Amino acid sequence: MAIVELKDVAKRYDSMPGKKGGEHANAVEDFNLITRDGEFVVLVGPSGCGKSTTMRMIAGLEHNTAGEIRINGQDVSAVEPRDRDIAMVFQSYALYPHMSVYHNMAFALELKKTPKDEVKKRVQEAAKILDIEHLLDRKPRALSGGQRQRVALGRALVRQPQVFLMDEPLSNLDARLRVEMRAEITRLHRRLGVTTFYVTHDQTEAMTMGQRIVVMRDGRIQQIDTPYNLYERPLNRFVAGFIGTPSMNFLQADYQGDTLRGEGFSCSLNPHQQAALGDAGQRARCWLGIRPEHLHQADTFTGSGRLEGAVEVIEPLGPVTMAQVRIGETLVTAQLAAHLEVQIGDTLALAFDPDHVHLFDIDSDRTLGLETDPAVSAQATA
Amino acid sequence: MSASPTNASPKRRAPTRRLMAPAVLFLLIWMIVPLAMTLYYSLQDYNLMMPDMRGFAGFLSYELLFTDPVFWDALLNTLLLVATCLLITVVAGLALALLFNRTFVGRGIARTLAISPFFVMPVVTGLIWKYMLLDPVYGLFSWVMRSMGFEPIEWLSSYPLLSVVMMISWEWTPFALLILLTGLQSLPEDQLEAVRLDGANRWQEFRHIVLPHLGQVLYVVVMLESIFFLTSFAEIYATTSGGPGTATTNLPYYIYLGAFYQYDIGLSSAAAIGAVVLANICAIFLIRFVAGNLNAGSQR
Repeated sequence: MAIVELKDVAKRYDSMPGKKGGEHANAVEDFNLITRDGEFVVLVGPSGCGKSTTMRMIAGLEHNTAGEIRINGQDVSAVEPRDRDIAMVFQSYALYPHMSVYHNMAFALELKKTPKDEVKKRVQEAAKILDIEHLLDRKPRALSGGQRQRVALGRALVRQPQVFLMDEPLSNLDARLRVEMRAEITRLHRRLGVTTFYVTHDQTEAMTMGQRIVVMRDGRIQQIDTPYNLYERPLNRFVAGFIGTPSMNFLQADYQGDTLRGEGFSCSLNPHQQAALGDAGQRARCWLGIRPEHLHQADTFTGSGRLEGAVEVIEPLGPVTMAQVRIGETLVTAQLAAHLEVQIGDTLALAFDPDHVHLFDIDSDRTLGLETDPAVSAQATA
Repeated sequence: MSASPTNASPKRRAPTRRLMAPAVLFLLIWMIVPLAMTLYYSLQDYNLMMPDMRGFAGFLSYELLFTDPVFWDALLNTLLLVATCLLITVVAGLALALLFNRTFVGRGIARTLAISPFFVMPVVTGLIWKYMLLDPVYGLFSWVMRSMGFEPIEWLSSYPLLSVVMMISWEWTPFALLILLTGLQSLPEDQLEAVRLDGANRWQEFRHIVLPHLGQVLYVVVMLESIFFLTSFAEIYATTSGGPGTATTNLPYYIYLGAFYQYDIGLSSAAAIGAVVLANICAIFLIRFVAGNLNAGSQR
């Protein structure tokens, strides 16, 4: 178990002219994070955001070109991967094809010249936890995807490392198995309490598994926070749009008096939001963000926010129905009751509570009003 | 790696036999007929110098063959040649493949140059080595020896078999290099990373991951090379002509001598059958080896 500390960590590639492929000059910039002992940290972001590179730098498979990586206070930047006492689960599992499941799991211990009895005991233990005892004699090729995944986890477990790294370990599984393994990994983490980094591009995985989530984009951290805070108080428009499915809707709005207006919608703001817009230098325009689950049919909901447009898409999901409504140039998604009696092409009136509205700066995309939000300012100083 | 070829759909019955017939017929004519003719001649008393005195000889040719000390020399030379060339080409090829698998400036050119000996014809290889490298008077090797103050070595007369081994190895190391290099390049990077994180050092990485991965490729190299080494002829013909004495006479050269110097078709046919048996013994072992490993490596 360990505390992992990343301080101003960066990965810069020398831009090689003539080399094919437009590689980002800077894969990771200014990465700062200190984990708690035994924390489950998820790195999430769209592909190419530097989350995998960050994890590989912690593993030592890539060298950080700037900053410090410390594990339990010791700077490991110059330490070889094999001496870092870190176990990694790869997206492709990277099982050794010519070794049995038992040997795959025992291999690291055998390299360390662990006594045979001890190796056997630990492999059996891990196999029992993961329910793969009956597979120990098989070769990886004789296993299904889910079983391989378990073996890959087992190989990491057996070593009892200081830190677990998981690089999109579930992305090769089918949807049902993924949900199953998600819960299993969470359970494992609770049981073992080992500091874990988990990389994914799937915000659902991030939200359900992470104790803390690092949202990244273009090599930079956008926000580090708990799942709840990411959802409720995103720091900018990117995080707001990335977290939550379906994504938050964004509309450009004009601010007049105490009301935000745009083509097809209007919303009177609460005093706190008014202050946010007023404080920040009398902005006349801003982004209005509202989540699909906070939009309701106007005839059943009384909120001062109003929105009206033609329905273009209806997607019944069973428990709820998604409707996409044309507002000016944007399609706004609303999560509505299952029995929606609306046809495509009908005009649909939606209502929402202004308290659920997020406001973003029109130029910088930063969330407005965070400074005056008491819940956030307490965190910012922490 | 590919799935087994036998899982065609059971419902559609193609006229398998008729479709296979041309290939089988071709193989029959191509292989069985010459083999049968060789067998037939090996039982005949047939010398081209006395074509009229021809008749059934039974196993006389085989008796002569097995009592001929030159045949046993040739057999030993063949085995020595195959074994040492295999060892040298596979070890050197593997070392070079590991080297050329790393990134360095000018790698493309270096690879091409390293592979080029394989494109040189065997006779040309023999001549290059005989006149440009090994010649005691104006060869490169003797120049090096002299410029370092040593007496030049007369390679072809003092170490004839070693000279032939050097030539053949020079020609075939690029082949091993080429095939092993492609094998190395198909090794998934994440397996190396996994084993590094598992605590392996460079040697353990090679021993436990790289070598097992190369297993099948190595068998292919060994099998193909043994077949070619068993039949090496041109290098010997162009340099030592099997000599001095019988020092570099291998089975193919022995057969050649029997047929084209002694004009004894019976004896050289019998020797050819002996060579076929030897090749088959090698092939059976190798094919078992390879087949076992292909099965083990499939569906990876």
